[in-house]
Amino acid sequence: MSLLHLAILLPLLASLFIPFLYKQFRSVHTGWFVLLVPLTLVIYFSQYISQTMAGETVTQSMQWIPSLGINFVAYLDGLGLLFALLITGIGTLVVLYSIYYLDAKKEALHNFYVYLLLFMTAMLGIVLSDNMIVLYMFWEMTSISSFLLIGYWYERERSRYGAQKSMLITVFGGLSMLGGISILSLLSGSFSIRESFSTLSTYSDDPLFLVALVLFLLAAFTKSAQFPFHIWLPDAMEAPTPVSAYLHSATMVKAGLYLVARMSPIFAETPLWFYLVSGVGMFTLFWGSLNAVKQVDLKAILAYSTISQLGLIMSLLGLGAAALQVEALPDSLYTIATVAAVFHLINHATFKGSLFMMAGIVDHETGTRDLRKLGGLSQLMPVTFTIAMIGTLSMAGVPPFNGFLSKEMFLTGVNQVSESGLFHLETFGFLFPLFAVVGSIFTFVYSLLIVYRTFLGPKQHDKLPKKPHEAPLGMLVSPIFLASLVILIGLFPNLLSNTLIRPAVEAILPQVLAAGGEIDVHIKLWHGFNTELLFTFIIITVGFLLFKTFPKWQSLYHRMPKSFSLNHQYDGLLRRGENVSTGIHDAVMTGYMRSYLVYIFGFIVLLVLSSLFFFDAFAFDVDPLSSISTYEIILVLVLVSSALSITFARSRLTSIILLGVAGYTVALFFVLFRAPDLALTQLVIETVSVALFLLVFYHMPEISRKEERIKFKLGNAAISILVGLSVTLVALASLSQRSFASIAKYYIDNVADLAAGGNMVNVILVDFRGFDTLFEISVLAIAGLGIYAMIHFRKTGGIDK
Amino acid sequence: MKKPMKKNTNDVILESATTFITFIIFLFAVYLFFAGHYTPGGGFIGGLVTSSALVLILLAFDIKTLRQILPFDYKMVTAVGMLIAVLTASGALLFNVPFFTHAHGYFELPLFGKTSLHTAMLFDLGVYFVVVGVTMTIIQTIGESD
Repeated sequence: MSLLHLAILLPLLASLFIPFLYKQFRSVHTGWFVLLVPLTLVIYFSQYISQTMAGETVTQSMQWIPSLGINFVAYLDGLGLLFALLITGIGTLVVLYSIYYLDAKKEALHNFYVYLLLFMTAMLGIVLSDNMIVLYMFWEMTSISSFLLIGYWYERERSRYGAQKSMLITVFGGLSMLGGISILSLLSGSFSIRESFSTLSTYSDDPLFLVALVLFLLAAFTKSAQFPFHIWLPDAMEAPTPVSAYLHSATMVKAGLYLVARMSPIFAETPLWFYLVSGVGMFTLFWGSLNAVKQVDLKAILAYSTISQLGLIMSLLGLGAAALQVEALPDSLYTIATVAAVFHLINHATFKGSLFMMAGIVDHETGTRDLRKLGGLSQLMPVTFTIAMIGTLSMAGVPPFNGFLSKEMFLTGVNQVSESGLFHLETFGFLFPLFAVVGSIFTFVYSLLIVYRTFLGPKQHDKLPKKPHEAPLGMLVSPIFLASLVILIGLFPNLLSNTLIRPAVEAILPQVLAAGGEIDVHIKLWHGFNTELLFTFIIITVGFLLFKTFPKWQSLYHRMPKSFSLNHQYDGLLRRGENVSTGIHDAVMTGYMRSYLVYIFGFIVLLVLSSLFFFDAFAFDVDPLSSISTYEIILVLVLVSSALSITFARSRLTSIILLGVAGYTVALFFVLFRAPDLALTQLVIETVSVALFLLVFYHMPEISRKEERIKFKLGNAAISILVGLSVTLVALASLSQRSFASIAKYYIDNVADLAAGGNMVNVILVDFRGFDTLFEISVLAIAGLGIYAMIHFRKTGGIDK
Repeated sequence: MKKPMKKNTNDVILESATTFITFIIFLFAVYLFFAGHYTPGGGFIGGLVTSSALVLILLAFDIKTLRQILPFDYKMVTAVGMLIAVLTASGALLFNVPFFTHAHGYFELPLFGKTSLHTAMLFDLGVYFVVVGVTMTIIQTIGESD
């Protein structure tokens, strides 16, 4: 446990105290306590900047399950640090903003901040873990906390819908990644990302390698809302605006980008990686911006715009893979795409964060986010208007804001790679600049629409639910801070180039460094007259024309039939899935215990007998058998006769007593074979379960004689006989042949030395196989709660009163 | 069909025997629990024996009496047991050893003299609570529902 581990876990630990603080200090907004956490962390992480600048990395490991190679290895390099600073920095601003956004009296703040802190730990865990299993765990934690935050206002139907949608899609991606991790670790023999990278050459030709690649990309694309998985992000806007600003624009949706960047060293030399990442990213850029224009909800525009911007960064990461091609390696000509990706990632966090906060302010102060009702707010909310202007112009790529710089670099990267002739781009390489320019034009259009339809345009204050006025100062601090960063980075971009961007790019493209190349980050505001500037000129001119004529071509969007939309498909898929599972459920779940027993036993018989048959596992050897004594014969006779009599018993009470007889006889067997622990357990279990049966007895219906048909009886008899047969066969076979040496010897030898115990059975339970016991008592606890819930809810008619 | 879970009979012998036999069983359960590491016993058996003592009270008297004597929420007992078990197992992480590494040592305790203490016993205590909690939750829930 090092300080770095503690930093990752700090939000989680802090979240334990939130409910108490919330209850104890009702007069203080809980957010003020929470604010300390990201603030501490951002200061803590910034002290690492000088180390990563020098190319150093920090590794701290903590043993977790070393026997499986799963250890909590915290690994901090330029890329991880950049994300950690984003998470904690934006986190601080968002928490500050939320203090004014969420009303302490009306909102369940303790829930909100617990989820938010849970998310913070999860996100830090993703970006600072080297072990892929640990990374996966944190990855799913972000899905869960995002689910909880989207569903924060759970009484709203749309919130629940959005939460479910995001959960289904992102967890689908997470599970794919688990598959990818399994394959990759099997190939490389390690769960560590760095170790997998170092042994890359030994397995990169394996056909399974491509499967792993696709599975990893599925995870990244679902998380980062890439086409066609982007549909969850607009519905996630039901979350409170601070959450949208934090999770769904600045951090969580960038986890996919992080994953792509982190796995780049391993996968990026494969052409498939280049095609998928850059192609999907480019199309998402285009599709997101195209759809953003038609939205009328302020947050929906921002959601689609986020999708499109994430696509932009994704495509840049894909284009950056060109730098790793052998012919390009030493010159590292194509690193500009990766530099632009990292740079735009930072820029996007600043301008999109401020825009989301602006949308929240508008919503908070006017009561609506509907663009058809808003308009002419510039005089009433001058500060918010300024923030919106800076944010949107930066997003649109207008100088001198930071978005202009990264967009120029984006265009440069696109041009270079499409002209490079790598990856057989001669034929369709022109598609990249085309999509890039068209996407950017629409980006320009919706950026103008945001400002025009909210702040300029005709005044229509009578349509607003509230009388609009400027937001309180506390709410403005965070967006103003971000907007100042937009300008500051725009004017002095090289503040970032060596401190944050270069170390991050070096972590994404270690091969370039290894080949003796150098990553030189120089961002210039003025490049002279070149293709990129021409493109920008086209984008601004065409974009402005389209914006002016927007009312005329707006109706084109309604031409697309609804049934083609991905949302429609998703809903249909969900509905069909529910129908099918209801059908299966109704067919299988009859409500009769005996049907279930038939399923279970039938399956066991099938499994055991078929594997005995196919693996030719049956053997019978009389040598290891000991002689049979009289006691044993007597006990067997009692056991068999009691078991047989049960089947003929007419009343239930007789059956229970006979079952008890069978159970006690088994206990006597244990006594005979000198297993006091087992005998004791069996005796007590028998006693308690007979008592339980007697209790349940009151509620049981009389034994039903409905199903007395001979066919039913024969079926049951066949299954019982087969179960008996298969268990006997397995017992005989396992006794007669030993493929492995018995583990009993190990236990006997080590029970005193390793576990300092005398009773082997107990030591096995609590120490050697403690995991089993832990899971068993979990199952036991779940079963107990299940029975409680079943009976309790039946009593109250399904509702807990 | 529905019979009330109330005692109508007057089993003097059973009731008076129960009053002290219960304690003997309970003591035996405690003995089994502590003896577990060296001789037959342990948390699982201890828990079951404890539950059987409680079941005896239930049979001799009725569920209300049991509830008066031991007014626990057995769901909480289960939860506490799980918590003890998980915390014992994860406590190892604080000492930078793998999850579930047990520790033990010999200590001089007043009254007991030289005693061996083992974190496995803490884990076993969790098992004990879970077993008692679950069996009693089930029995109580079923017993009370009519």
